[in-house]
Amino acid sequence: MTTLMTPATVSTVPGLTAPAPTPLSETKTLTMGKAINEGLRQAMLDDPKVVLLGEDIGALGGVFRVTSDLLAQFGARRVIDTPLAESAIIGTAVGLAYRGYRPVCEIQFDGFIFPGFDQIVSQVAKFHYRTQGAVRMPITIRVPFGGGIGAAEHHSESPEAYFTHTSGLRVIAVSNPQDAYSLIRQAIASDDPVLYFEPKRRYHVKGEVVPELGAAMEKAVVVRPGTDVTLLTYGALVSTARDAALAAFDEGISIEVIDLRSLSPVDYAAVEASVRKTGRLVVTHEAAQSGGLGGELIATITERCFSYLESAPVRVTGFDVPYPPAKLENHHLPDLDRILDGVDRVMGRR
Amino acid sequence: MIDFSPQPVQLLSLDGERMPRPDFDQWVDDLDGPALLALYRDMVVVRRIDTEATALQRQGELGLWPPLLGQEASQVGSARALRSDDFVFPSYRENAVAYCRGVKLTDIVKVWRGNAQSGWDPYTVNMATPAIIIGAQTLHATGWALGAQRDDVDSVAITYFGDGATSEGDVNEAMVFAASFQAPVVFFCQNNHWAISEPVGVQAHRNIADRAPGFGIPSLRIDGNDVIAVLAATRIALDRARTGNGPTFIEAVTYRMGPHTTADDPTRYRDPAELAEWKTRDPLLRLHRLLSALGEITPEVEAATQAIADAAAAELRAGCIGMPDPEPLSVFDHVYATPHASLERQRTDYAGYLTSFGSVEQNSKA
Repeated sequence: MTTLMTPATVSTVPGLTAPAPTPLSETKTLTMGKAINEGLRQAMLDDPKVVLLGEDIGALGGVFRVTSDLLAQFGARRVIDTPLAESAIIGTAVGLAYRGYRPVCEIQFDGFIFPGFDQIVSQVAKFHYRTQGAVRMPITIRVPFGGGIGAAEHHSESPEAYFTHTSGLRVIAVSNPQDAYSLIRQAIASDDPVLYFEPKRRYHVKGEVVPELGAAMEKAVVVRPGTDVTLLTYGALVSTARDAALAAFDEGISIEVIDLRSLSPVDYAAVEASVRKTGRLVVTHEAAQSGGLGGELIATITERCFSYLESAPVRVTGFDVPYPPAKLENHHLPDLDRILDGVDRVMGRR
Repeated sequence: MIDFSPQPVQLLSLDGERMPRPDFDQWVDDLDGPALLALYRDMVVVRRIDTEATALQRQGELGLWPPLLGQEASQVGSARALRSDDFVFPSYRENAVAYCRGVKLTDIVKVWRGNAQSGWDPYTVNMATPAIIIGAQTLHATGWALGAQRDDVDSVAITYFGDGATSEGDVNEAMVFAASFQAPVVFFCQNNHWAISEPVGVQAHRNIADRAPGFGIPSLRIDGNDVIAVLAATRIALDRARTGNGPTFIEAVTYRMGPHTTADDPTRYRDPAELAEWKTRDPLLRLHRLLSALGEITPEVEAATQAIADAAAAELRAGCIGMPDPEPLSVFDHVYATPHASLERQRTDYAGYLTSFGSVEQNSKA
């Protein structure tokens, strides 16, 4: 065909081969990163339609090694090292979902999600509504998020509120290895699209993991019971909040720490029950304050529990600044002392 | 602008003469008189539907309509090359493609009447519903093709977009992905010369077909008002995809004879002489001339064709006007596949609010 302008041939990506590791079958101590890896492995064994897409997720196993060894076990047809284009990672996942696949996309870092934002907000989130339920989008979008690792710009952001504001998406943030394992499996099994946020500074924290699905991903969990203050958080700050509760206990303040786990929908029943008991609410997150999840949580709880509140709820959040340089991030990120300061304020001690 | 690439492939001259071209002819050697007449009938019907829909908009029955006037050959020729198991990912102007896929006429206008965001179930006709974000659907087609590849079937995805869309990142990313994975996808670009008010020269400094080889995708530049050339080119591209040879890019050079949508006014930006020039290249006119020469068009055939088109227009009009409004609480339906607690609460609250004025049904006409 003389009119066909032909390009040069392209090479194909070779698959690696290695013996398949056995899936997690008994309780084991794992890092959070490894727990997600095991959850992905189990999801891929459970359903041949689960495919992974992302940058460097193959031979390298991802920049955080969360997809380690999955290429070797499942091959290049299911573990797809993509060209560097986030919109296309999400957009081709939409097409795969159209054909009955259950894609799991890895966005390498929080700040890299924005080139894919349009496909997430305009396509992934809306397809089920648009088609009146005819086309499902069981897509999981994994996003390492948050700061505290001394990284360069665009590597420490907390973009979750953009997605909790978007109808059609479910949003999860995990805080420990067990939830990381259980909730990635639940997210992948969900027929709705799920943004799955992984607190990158906790990837190496170890914990016991039981190979079970556990409580439904929409459920919040009381990680430490208390009676004076409800402290709501998610992701990396859950362990900071627990530390704050321990410290406050020594000063005679009993804090109930709730790990939200699901940011959309929020398990308001659990939060309301706690606030009705304590009468005081502090919300902490790394994301900036204005338009952040804290405002929505406090507004809703104020609407529903106004007569139970002893004092005005308090937010302890990142500032309304672009994520600052690494040498300044400790001023930006809520830490134990700033959370305790917030607790003092809600207790009327300051 | 310098024309660096070949003149568009043409198999049917403006005078309606079949122009021999061995490399393409083999792909359309089954086109006998009745087959050509069938293509002509499709084109007459879709033009009639298009005219009727524009009228419905002018009469306030549709909120908006994107006319395809002038692009009938590009859409009918490519759509009629497809197999039923191929999957179409269109923009919002591919109403002739929808007709060829068997979408019900009423369903085509459902979106434009504002009754739903999709007029049909994509799986019933293997065609996605209109994509309004420019170029986004090219990635969906590429992803679908990656799925077909993984399923070891020879079904092909075809995606439609315009010259304006080729400036979008998504279209370029789709071509990168399709080339890297040799996905069975056809990129069908209708270069209709205008992206609302912007001429194609704003989007591309060279012929659009020239871009694809840089991505590693072979391309064809064809006369988009020549239904035979369009059919041949699409068959070539589909065959390449089916036989594991990856994506192909087709630039169908055509012309948007009408406005971008019924809200647009092309007299503000377009030289009337240009439109007059393109009217001489009307896709229906030249096929009519060929069919006349072949003796396929008689007054009886002409009348029968027109009757089919008028019946389609009447069906469209009746279906459009008779379409029931959606129920108020359906605003909450299908946001999620499984219930979402916060949204369920809003639904319950709003149902209660509506009921406070009487029944929900009484409020549906409000």
